[in-house]
Amino acid sequence: MHKQLMKGNEAIVHSAILAGCRGFYGYPITPASEITEAAALYMPRTGGVFLQAESEVAAINMLYGASSAGIRCMTASSGPGISLMQEGISYMAGAELPCVIADITRGGPGLGNLGSEQSDYHQVVKGGGNGSYHTIVLAPHSAQEMADLTALAFELADRYRNPVVVMADGFVGQMMEPVEFPNAAVAPRLPDWAVAGTAQSRGNLITSLHMDINDLEAHLRKLEAKYREAERKEARAEEWFTEGAEIVLVGYGIVGRILKAVTAEARAAGINVGLLRPITLYPFPTEHFQRLARRARVFAVVEMSNGQLIEDVRLALNGARPVEFLNRMGGNVPSHDEVLALVRTLALDNLSVIKTEEEQMAHV
Amino acid sequence: MSSELISEYEISHSRPHAFYESYDRKEDLKHQTHYCPGCGHGNVHKMLAQAIDELGIQDRTVLISPVGCSVFAYYYFDVGNVQAAHGRAPAVATAVKRSHPQSIVVSYQGDGDLAAIGSAEILHAANRGENITVIFVNNAVYSMTGGQFAPTTLIGQKTSTTPGGRTAASEGYPLHISELLATLEAPVYIERVALGDNKQIAQAARAIRRAVENQVRGLGFSLIEVLSPCPTIWKMSPVEAQHWVHDVMEKTFPLGVFRDRTKEAQPRPLPEPAPALEDIPRILGIPDDEDAEADLPVGRLSAQDVDLHVRVAGFGGQGVLLLGEILAEAGLDAGLEVSWLPSYGPEMRSGTSNCHVRISSRSIDSPLVTLPDVLVAMNEPSLRKFDASVRPGGWVIYNGDVFPPDCERKDVRVLALPFTHLADELGDARASNMIMLGALLEITGVLPQTSIDAALRKLVRHQKWIDLDERALARGRELALNSLREALAGV
Repeated sequence: MHKQLMKGNEAIVHSAILAGCRGFYGYPITPASEITEAAALYMPRTGGVFLQAESEVAAINMLYGASSAGIRCMTASSGPGISLMQEGISYMAGAELPCVIADITRGGPGLGNLGSEQSDYHQVVKGGGNGSYHTIVLAPHSAQEMADLTALAFELADRYRNPVVVMADGFVGQMMEPVEFPNAAVAPRLPDWAVAGTAQSRGNLITSLHMDINDLEAHLRKLEAKYREAERKEARAEEWFTEGAEIVLVGYGIVGRILKAVTAEARAAGINVGLLRPITLYPFPTEHFQRLARRARVFAVVEMSNGQLIEDVRLALNGARPVEFLNRMGGNVPSHDEVLALVRTLALDNLSVIKTEEEQMAHV
Repeated sequence: MSSELISEYEISHSRPHAFYESYDRKEDLKHQTHYCPGCGHGNVHKMLAQAIDELGIQDRTVLISPVGCSVFAYYYFDVGNVQAAHGRAPAVATAVKRSHPQSIVVSYQGDGDLAAIGSAEILHAANRGENITVIFVNNAVYSMTGGQFAPTTLIGQKTSTTPGGRTAASEGYPLHISELLATLEAPVYIERVALGDNKQIAQAARAIRRAVENQVRGLGFSLIEVLSPCPTIWKMSPVEAQHWVHDVMEKTFPLGVFRDRTKEAQPRPLPEPAPALEDIPRILGIPDDEDAEADLPVGRLSAQDVDLHVRVAGFGGQGVLLLGEILAEAGLDAGLEVSWLPSYGPEMRSGTSNCHVRISSRSIDSPLVTLPDVLVAMNEPSLRKFDASVRPGGWVIYNGDVFPPDCERKDVRVLALPFTHLADELGDARASNMIMLGALLEITGVLPQTSIDAALRKLVRHQKWIDLDERALARGRELALNSLREALAGV
């Protein structure tokens, strides 16, 4: 294995092709365009199809077609484009079609700006299309994870027959870091449900339409069971110095990187702080939160959106511990110093709590 | 109908093989369709099924059902079936066809689906010349949803959303899809047919068969527009509706061939065959294990503890990002952890550019450099923007004769030289970034020259530039060394 210096966005395409992806349908948008450009270069060389669609609406519906045809396929976009893709994502979830969507997030709402935000959380993690469905959402925080989680995304998409989103902020997409790839490619395999224009697949039908109300409910129960299974098996998080941590910082993507630096410095200053970084945003790593809540006094969510991640953190903790909040938006990044200042404040607050408890114990 | 007319046509009661024997996907009435009496879809379905039979392509056929009355086309056609979102069938068909070029893909759409919500998808599929067949059933209304206005609704025609009749002033004119698409270069065959009488029906069957056959021959995009009766929504008897197609619709939508390049069209080339699976890592430029052996870091550092934070900033075109990239690539070559984070988007467009580089012997937490050890400021605005952020004890390498007095800090060392001018002396002002990089390398001393050489060879294409850059790097080292010596002498 050998490391190559590479943008996270390019790492996605290399990893996708190694994972057997042979179809890329996309529409350019900053800061995701390197993915589409790399796919344009490599897909035709590796026996795949690349097509720049007329819109994100067309692109996601091309994925619907490629996936119906049994091809591992992907697209890449950012906030405004993901909004347009929600129709197709809902259809794909309904028709149980696997695909991978890279969302390299930017500022919103509307055109917002090209800066890095994490404000696609709601539309991606909660599902922006119609109907009772989920997408599985993976949140890399390094170029290496862009590669690794893309490979995982294809596995999960096939296992659950469901769209999987790799959601990274613009920083993670744009930055270059050393990346290692496996030196072997996964062989594309045609699933038995595919409509491939062959005698064996002639009886197959891909649809999200269930006219009979009981049919549709049965279908939704089946989807629900699939999501429950994913919740049991697929939730992932990184814990960073959480052993015995009294303050737990929570953040994903580039924020996770900043929180690591802050954790290191605060630990060096004797503050008992750790980082819990969700890697899957759906399914949300609830168990990690519940386990850490036994020891931790307070959780602090740091995000580049208006309080979107914090909702899932609160649900996961279910009131067990207070949740503090720090956010920046518009393309601003929570600075090392402002997060550190929050940690110091929380340490002081919670130390006083400890003291009070000790005093109380002394009086008993 | 007179007996001599009937004798002109072969009346077929046989069921095409491309239809299921029993419509098991339907809930009930499994031997009849869901279409209303006198609806054109039954005819068009049969024409398509017969074409599939005649061309012997049942196994290869994939039918894309749209949203509209033909949403349930998959109840009837014993072929591969994909049901698509409203208007998106041509996009879905595009990808099915490109995924399996041997398949025969038919996009079957109504006028609301194709001419309104799906107007972009059909236009671009046609313009790309996708090798697909589109059956476009035009009945001038949205039937499935109860008779609302469509882009193809005739002037004066009453619908539930044009209760006073369509007016050009309000809804514009009926959209002529066949004529519109015939303005494009790529389509091979476009014809408008009708179901207004038996003769027309026979012509429609021939056209549909040709449109499918074109695809079998690999010729490209074919579209058949079928003017089709909708007695229920039009509130007519089946016979009246058929007459209305013939007597009224046709006046707005003249029948005919709008494009026929089937004679001169060449079969579209098939995609290149896929490479062997084991070749894919190499195609992606992933070094194999042997390469990795040969390519071990040449300048691996000793166990020295390195943790360098660098910010590089300047105008776009000054080589800001490349400077940072060479630094990061050289760090990787030296066996260190590295990160390179560029400014992008609006900053890139407005002509200024900066990047964050970290080189460390430990794993890098945050790639954001907020407290640089070295600031490389290639112009004054960049100096002013980042000067205050430099870590006390750090360095500023500034491209300018005179360091602005109001930027001076007691706790930061400065190397200010007219690097652009110095590069010009070397032969090209564009090498100023490399002189500044040389100075940075000399000052920090963290990276071996061998790693810099390796990075340069990786990132700079032409030998001419490598030669110039090497001289520039050496010049930068020399200038920094002189400056350090002078500083020492001054102490």
